[in-house]
Amino acid sequence: MSDFLQLVIAGLATGAIYALAAIGFTLLWQTSQTINFAQGEFVMLPAFFALAAMKWWGLPFSIAALLAIAMSMLVLGVMFKNIIVDPLIKQGVLPMVISTIALAIFLKDGVKDVYSAEAQSFPTILPDIILPIPGIKISLAQVGVLVVAFSTIMGLSWFLAGTRTGRQMQATAQHPTVARILGVNVERMVMYTFLINAGLAAMASLLISPIYLAKFSNGETLGLVAFVAAIVGGFNQVRGAIAGGLIVGVIDNLAAAYVSTSYRQAVPLALLVLIILFRPQGLLGRKEERAI
Amino acid sequence: MSLSDLKIPLLVLAAVLLLVIPADLTGFGIPWPGLRRYGMFILSLWLVTSIAAMGVNLIMGYAGQESLAQAAFLGIGAYTTAILTKAGVPFGVAFVVSGIASFLIGIILGFPALRVQKHYLAFVTLAFSVFVWLVIRNEEWLTGGVSGIQDVSRPSLFGISLKPALYYYWFICAITAMLGAAMWWIIRSPWGRAFTALRENAIRAESLGIDVRGYKLLAFAIGSAYGGFAGALYAPLVEFIDPTPFALASSLLYLLMVMLGGMGTLIGPFIGAGVAVLFPEWLRFAEGLAPILFAVIVMIMVALCPTGIVGLFERIFVKRRRPHADDKGPVLGEVKS
Repeated sequence: MSDFLQLVIAGLATGAIYALAAIGFTLLWQTSQTINFAQGEFVMLPAFFALAAMKWWGLPFSIAALLAIAMSMLVLGVMFKNIIVDPLIKQGVLPMVISTIALAIFLKDGVKDVYSAEAQSFPTILPDIILPIPGIKISLAQVGVLVVAFSTIMGLSWFLAGTRTGRQMQATAQHPTVARILGVNVERMVMYTFLINAGLAAMASLLISPIYLAKFSNGETLGLVAFVAAIVGGFNQVRGAIAGGLIVGVIDNLAAAYVSTSYRQAVPLALLVLIILFRPQGLLGRKEERAI
Repeated sequence: MSLSDLKIPLLVLAAVLLLVIPADLTGFGIPWPGLRRYGMFILSLWLVTSIAAMGVNLIMGYAGQESLAQAAFLGIGAYTTAILTKAGVPFGVAFVVSGIASFLIGIILGFPALRVQKHYLAFVTLAFSVFVWLVIRNEEWLTGGVSGIQDVSRPSLFGISLKPALYYYWFICAITAMLGAAMWWIIRSPWGRAFTALRENAIRAESLGIDVRGYKLLAFAIGSAYGGFAGALYAPLVEFIDPTPFALASSLLYLLMVMLGGMGTLIGPFIGAGVAVLFPEWLRFAEGLAPILFAVIVMIMVALCPTGIVGLFERIFVKRRRPHADDKGPVLGEVKS
């Protein structure tokens, strides 16, 4: 039983990180109809910004982490929007899909060539000490991940629902034309969305890299869980992405322990197929689009 | 004389050149020693890749869907053929079984995914791609796991063994020509017209009585069958198969090459496959650079010339006969998906 509880807690910790990536993915889809197939690579890259800052400039981890978040907002937020998305937005979804797939290959092989093909160990935010709770093994690092991820999620939810800018962003996501008529600066809101996505990806990257090690090929798996989390929760709901991320994280951890390590990756995929078969709008999503 | 009048003679010329170039012609008094083994291998690989790319082109360029599992279907075809021929089944039967298996799996995958919009086929095929790779890698009793299947034999035709590289290349040429002609027929047939109609405007196509979902499903299944056929040719070509070439990364590469060549054209997949196969060869001196450069070229092409190399060529050499209406603009009351 304590094993099970441990697995669930570890699953919630990774799940909260998956949720960060899935929220960004969902937000981008909502506000700019961008299906970002490079989302996994977006989560892979910021850890290498931090590693590079520590290795090449000798910065301490805390400053390197902040620098990584700033760099990722610049590269994966501003540059991604201006160079990749803006020229393609008029051409529909398909060219964007192709272009983000090409971007994923570019980032993956770029990191492999520029930094290293080896998996890199990555510092944790809180030290990896087992907490003195009888019966359950929980490390301080896990608690750190849970606290940071959940406060990021709660902060974002508050921002979206409780501030003027956040509500303007929601309006832009729901109906850009009406939002514009009501005086919302739609372009600026879309830019904010890209910045938030990049920031969330950077947070996810800094939190997941100590667990899975930082490796150029991580994007494939991370992207897949982000997609699965977003679809399981409901493609059009931020709270869906949160629920989806947590569910996928817990199932992933339980599957690794109870199914088999060689088919661990297949379990979230089976969940994806089940959801598409029986509840295509996602667990928390609402039906809105015609099925054609 | 315009370019379109030259199309047929050019095509025949290209076909003759493709057949003759690898052969040793010194016996006929022509000082051309033919290609070496490796050159013939690259040409064969290009044709096999083109077959799979034709399938992706039908799915993406004509039905407007994304399949992220073409390499997985190639893997299904390759492993089916390898396992069956090892068990003594004739190659012809294995080849057909490979195609039919891929077609049926395509139907099973596409059926739930195409019920909903929002490009769910992309996510389902993405998941399938990873799943197939896991099965190929883990089920050692069937697929040999990471060590793969060795010594896949090449077939013989009318008693002539296709073991020599040149003969097998000619055999691939013949199959490619047949599958290319079949694709040409599919696109010209009422089916093909329906495919184009639903890519251009799915809502309008549906209002004209076209069973949009059925046609998308059919396009995906046929496209996947082309992947299976390509895999069936691939296994005897390389004579040794392992899980690596059937991973997700290769499936993604197929989308990029079809886009690069020119979506929704017959010749586009051949051009795209040619670039994708030759690119790593040209960049031998800087091995890691090839995928990065390829990705950059694709991103630039998508932004500047979404019709691909074929479109670029047309833009330069073929004059516009009449002005076109802007078909990218939204039509009143419709949401472009």
